[in-house]
Amino acid sequence: MKSTLNFLSRGLWAVVLVGLFLGACNNQGSNNQKAGMLSSDVASQVYVPPGQHDEFYAFMSGGFSGQIGVHGLPSGRLLRIIPVFSVDAEKGYGFNEETKALLNTSHGFVPWDDSHHPELSQTNGETDGRWIFINGNNTPRLARIDLTTFETAEIIEIPNSGGNHSSPFTTENTEYVVAGTRFGVPFPQQDVPISSYAENFKGTLTFVKVEENGAMDIAFQVLLPAFDYDLAHSGKGKSHGWTFFTTYNTEEQSTLLEVKASQNDKDYIAAVNWKKAEEYIASGNFEEMETQYMRNYYDEKKHMAFSETKTKVKILTPENCPGLVYFLPTPKSPHGVDVDPTGEYIVGNGKLSSDLTVHSFTKMMTAIENGSFEDEVAGVPVLKFDEVVGGVVKDAGLGPLHTEFDDKGNAYTSFFITSEVVKWKVGTWEVLDKASTFYSVGHIMIPGGDSKSPEGKYLVALNKITKDRYLPTGPELCHSAQLYDISGDKMKLLMDFPTQGEPHYAQGISAGRVKPNVKKFYPLEENEHPFRAMGEKDARVEREGNNVHVYMTTIRSHFAPDNIEGVKVGDNVYFHVTNLEQDWDVPHGFSVMGANNAELLIMPGQTETLLWKPTKVGVYPFYCTDFCSALHQEMQGYIRISPAGANVDLAWGLGESAP
Amino acid sequence: MLIYLNKIGGTEPGTLQNVNILNHYVGMKPIEPDSIPELTYFPFIVIGLSVLGVILALVNKRNLFLAFGILLIVLAGLGVYDFYLWEYDYGHNLDPHAPIKFPGASFQPPLIGKKDIINFTAISLPATGIYFYGAAIVASFVSWWFSKKKA
Repeated sequence: MKSTLNFLSRGLWAVVLVGLFLGACNNQGSNNQKAGMLSSDVASQVYVPPGQHDEFYAFMSGGFSGQIGVHGLPSGRLLRIIPVFSVDAEKGYGFNEETKALLNTSHGFVPWDDSHHPELSQTNGETDGRWIFINGNNTPRLARIDLTTFETAEIIEIPNSGGNHSSPFTTENTEYVVAGTRFGVPFPQQDVPISSYAENFKGTLTFVKVEENGAMDIAFQVLLPAFDYDLAHSGKGKSHGWTFFTTYNTEEQSTLLEVKASQNDKDYIAAVNWKKAEEYIASGNFEEMETQYMRNYYDEKKHMAFSETKTKVKILTPENCPGLVYFLPTPKSPHGVDVDPTGEYIVGNGKLSSDLTVHSFTKMMTAIENGSFEDEVAGVPVLKFDEVVGGVVKDAGLGPLHTEFDDKGNAYTSFFITSEVVKWKVGTWEVLDKASTFYSVGHIMIPGGDSKSPEGKYLVALNKITKDRYLPTGPELCHSAQLYDISGDKMKLLMDFPTQGEPHYAQGISAGRVKPNVKKFYPLEENEHPFRAMGEKDARVEREGNNVHVYMTTIRSHFAPDNIEGVKVGDNVYFHVTNLEQDWDVPHGFSVMGANNAELLIMPGQTETLLWKPTKVGVYPFYCTDFCSALHQEMQGYIRISPAGANVDLAWGLGESAP
Repeated sequence: MLIYLNKIGGTEPGTLQNVNILNHYVGMKPIEPDSIPELTYFPFIVIGLSVLGVILALVNKRNLFLAFGILLIVLAGLGVYDFYLWEYDYGHNLDPHAPIKFPGASFQPPLIGKKDIINFTAISLPATGIYFYGAAIVASFVSWWFSKKKA
């Protein structure tokens, strides 16, 4: 017995020694493996056994990919990429005739954008799993994604904006999502010298109304000086009715901003009383301005998107609307502005500072009541700094960017320059813990971490720099996210996982709030696509001048029709493909040789259209691209292309009926 | 798949279509409710039996109770045999041009219980209607027995 124990303990020592040796080998140049090596149960914390589901959905913005990446937590597994602002050839998004309209803007078809901040819809300040919104930064837009289908349902353009960065950030019942301009632009847009910035340029904060069915429209815009409106968050609980926007470049510079926009010791957090704005709108105290922006929405029954052009927007000006906006002086070009779960504290993350300035909503209201203003800028009262500050988190790190909250009264702030997440106590402002990130963390995310009821189990750090974290893949690397266990007193690094694009902000939600509502397919009988074919009996080919409409169906494992003749060079061939399947996970693909766009990927019950313009005489194959069944490889067909003006009759068929 | 007296349904709207898609690979005929006349006239038989049952209860002749019970059993037997014939036909009468052929294989589902067919496990179970039918049989015999005792 004794010898067995001896052997076991010697064995254990050997394991520990091997572990240390491996740790040392892996450490080359960084000690970042330590957190992982020291905790033996780490792997089991992120292990989701085969066939089982993750506890949380994580929605990661795609940044310069323009999309949203859906991951599971704690495993980090990538579940889906939702195409939003960028075309996606894999899914035919922006290539098929049905989805092109989603990407329409007043500048025409814009097939790419830079998506930064996903924001889940909320009810009573809690994430409700109905929709997720995300901003398009470059050509100012705002998208709504339906979480029953995980598809983009609507994209609205934001006029009078130069970069939609401080967006979408919902109010606590998704009354509004907001869109503040990052770049000042001439108001209205016009041909003026850039040097006339301070005189001609303005900044707008846009409030987009969200209807019960999700439909979005611009309720009003607040016209402000041409500062850069960086980030936002809406109040909750006691501060419900207010939205807070950070600013930088209150210097109103238009060149070498890295120096010139970093001169003022304090910039502002703009506090907008949107309930007051509603009163001004109701009483007609606004100017209606001619402009142009597009609203694009996807009709789930017709399986296609439609665009409408809007031409008017209501403008509210602080000079004419007292009590609408106040400026809260906040040190050092604040980046994120984050409101704690109680709605009392408004954290200004002064990105060029080592301190965090936390404003108190109660003190702000008292200061407003007492008229404690130190200045007025463009009709906006500037509140006295000392009268609104609720506390300062001192010397926590360098370069604070963003703060999220847990359900135990703690806050977590990312520090870009010192690559760390700092945990501190709301109210006492005491630093409780620090955890290194690898490397240079931007946003952080706790499921529900910007809502009234955070679920403080995990924290995801979304890092800006990857360097040596993974096997090298040439000069360009995936961005890296890191998962921390925050259920205890100390944060514990669990793992790294790669993400798509360049995630900025992310949102997390308990799977149970989304999963029960997810659709498995589209009921065929509800299909209202004008070019649908409800069964193989409807499959046909029709010619209208140069336009040839192929009403095609797919079902395992054939197309109907699969032989088509009588089409000529110079025709526009519209393949309207209806997937007749009515079962989960049976998409069919469609691709045809020489197509200048992409493939179709058609979900069960859906109709999608590929426009094909044959340029050469011949017989061309088409085939199913999604491995659908045992006879998927047989799911193919031919289309015969005759010379322009040839005398070949239009004919089509399948099997016995083939021409 | 749920086979009712008058229709073929399923746990989802697409169940029958999904069954037919899979079946066609081995050459089984599609199950088309319109081509199964039983789905039209079976409901009338059952309605007729119900009405007859009520009438017999009112008439209250004990030998008629016995006869009714026997009639129910005979008809049930015929129904099950009919069901078997359909199953046999679907399972054996295969399209010779089917993409996937298993020489000598039958795809007939079990009449009741569980059976492995290639990579599928087919389970066939009675549902509510059958239990009510069974209760009717029991009731007619119980009525017969007790009315006999009284007499």
